[in-house]
Amino acid sequence: MNRYLTRHWLVVYVAAYLVFLYLPTLLIPVFSFNDSIAPAFPLKGFTLQWYQSLMDDPRLRNAALNSLMVASLAAAIATAAGCLIAYADLRRSSPLARGISLLARLPILLPGVVLGIALLVGVNLIGPGPSLGAIVVGHVCFCLPTTVVVMRSRFAAFPRSLEDAAMDLGADEWTTFRRVALPLALPGLVSAFMLAFITSFDEFIVAFFLVGTEPTLPIYIWSQLRFPKQLPSVMALGTVILVVSVILAALAEHLRRRGTRSSANSIMK
Amino acid sequence: MSRTHAEVPADMTVPETQPPRRSRAKVFDAWLNLPGGLITCTLILFALGLLLYMSVRVNDGQIIGSAFSLDNLWSALTDPLTRLVLLRSIVLSAIVTLATVVLAFPVAYFLAFRAGRWRHLLLFLVTLPFWTSYLLRVFAWKIVLAYNGVLNSALMQLGMIDAPLNGLLNTPSTVVVTLAHAYAAFAVLPLYICLQGLPKNLFEAAADLGAKPHQGFFRVVLPLSVPGILSAALVVFVPTVGDYVTPALVGGPNSSMIGTLIQAQFGKANDWPAGAALAVISMIAIAIVVVAARWIITRWSTRT
Repeated sequence: MNRYLTRHWLVVYVAAYLVFLYLPTLLIPVFSFNDSIAPAFPLKGFTLQWYQSLMDDPRLRNAALNSLMVASLAAAIATAAGCLIAYADLRRSSPLARGISLLARLPILLPGVVLGIALLVGVNLIGPGPSLGAIVVGHVCFCLPTTVVVMRSRFAAFPRSLEDAAMDLGADEWTTFRRVALPLALPGLVSAFMLAFITSFDEFIVAFFLVGTEPTLPIYIWSQLRFPKQLPSVMALGTVILVVSVILAALAEHLRRRGTRSSANSIMK
Repeated sequence: MSRTHAEVPADMTVPETQPPRRSRAKVFDAWLNLPGGLITCTLILFALGLLLYMSVRVNDGQIIGSAFSLDNLWSALTDPLTRLVLLRSIVLSAIVTLATVVLAFPVAYFLAFRAGRWRHLLLFLVTLPFWTSYLLRVFAWKIVLAYNGVLNSALMQLGMIDAPLNGLLNTPSTVVVTLAHAYAAFAVLPLYICLQGLPKNLFEAAADLGAKPHQGFFRVVLPLSVPGILSAALVVFVPTVGDYVTPALVGGPNSSMIGTLIQAQFGKANDWPAGAALAVISMIAIAIVVVAARWIITRWSTRT
């Protein structure tokens, strides 16, 4: 045993790291089935009542729908813009395109709270003030660095000569972009969209400043965390989110493995 | 831009009614740059400019007003409480960043060089928490560490303690542990990608030339992974400095961070210019720390 430990300490370490990563999170499902309001050992008994109370809550359904809407819209806009910015930067690089690409990645250096209040001041000045639309705008800014980085690495992964060949054969810029570059960049588009979608769906810090009367799911969860009586229901909700996320993540992983490139290449580089 | 070879056939074949290729390329470029330019200029630049403008305004309840003063920035810089909180945010985030990167490095190393056929599964497991709710990941710690919480009740159940331990929750170290846990996955990925891209024959060369494993690690692997370490540190440090969720949920009164103060100015205190001034100062502080860390690490790594 001792010799195994010294020879395979790295394996042991990685296993311990995974336990650290998962232990607190996995307690949430355990206590969501526990027949007691206080999350403590010993477990009191099995119940599904907290899930029942979730089903009966219209505000929750509303918040979940809002989040789906905001995340789809923000991810779509951020992915489309990120794709164009990355393409302009890498393939048609002018000082302007490079500047835009740099600016688009700037929010990496901004904590969410700064981005949130900056946009809050902005939407109060020009827009309709805090609202779901404002959250979409905030999440586009928040997700843009990710999508630009993913799309840049994707466009860098195939040679420019493919597009040059299309141009030599008479395709104009627009046709080359649409028929050659975009299809090749499709895996990048998919992973950029998914990353942006998860980020937006889960985002709280920026959304908290921009939220109006219609809450998103994280805002709803936050409002429930204040009430100890709501705790088990929140944990049931957390379990549902966890299960859906695991299924989606597994699905994405499966799709990615059927693709040609490794995920790490397309996720961040 | 060397498209000249493409222009020759175009000029010969394109009918005269069609615009010449060069101007068409310009139109295409303009359209290509439009959405990005719009978003970056109207949203990011404009909002940041507005924030800067706000920070030198007098709090009169309006966004565009006439009265200006540097009092907000000045008092944010001189107020001892603000200084304490800003310093605490940076120190706590620096500890979190260090802990996250150091803890994640062996995992990334294992993933890149040793995992073999387990690599995909492990990578999936490490990134999976990234897909779960951030609020709930933080909140899980509150459940674990609360006075009547999971850890205390489990320890009592096991007979290891007689009375619940106080002081597990609501300390700055709770904030550090929770943040380090919440941002773990963010550090593993950049490190893994950097390590994975290193040419393997370098290590063989180091070993062939007589380097012991630890020498090979400290003098070949580590210096080459500096870019990965820097980007991992960046993606952990910046969001943790501004985090107000974790201090609010598990930190207690003595671990409020700069994000908490900014949020309070925009919420309860309703003094937007003061909040904007705090935000501007924390952005400058972050920039200073990032640049300094970059400089130190790059110097250190080129020397070895």
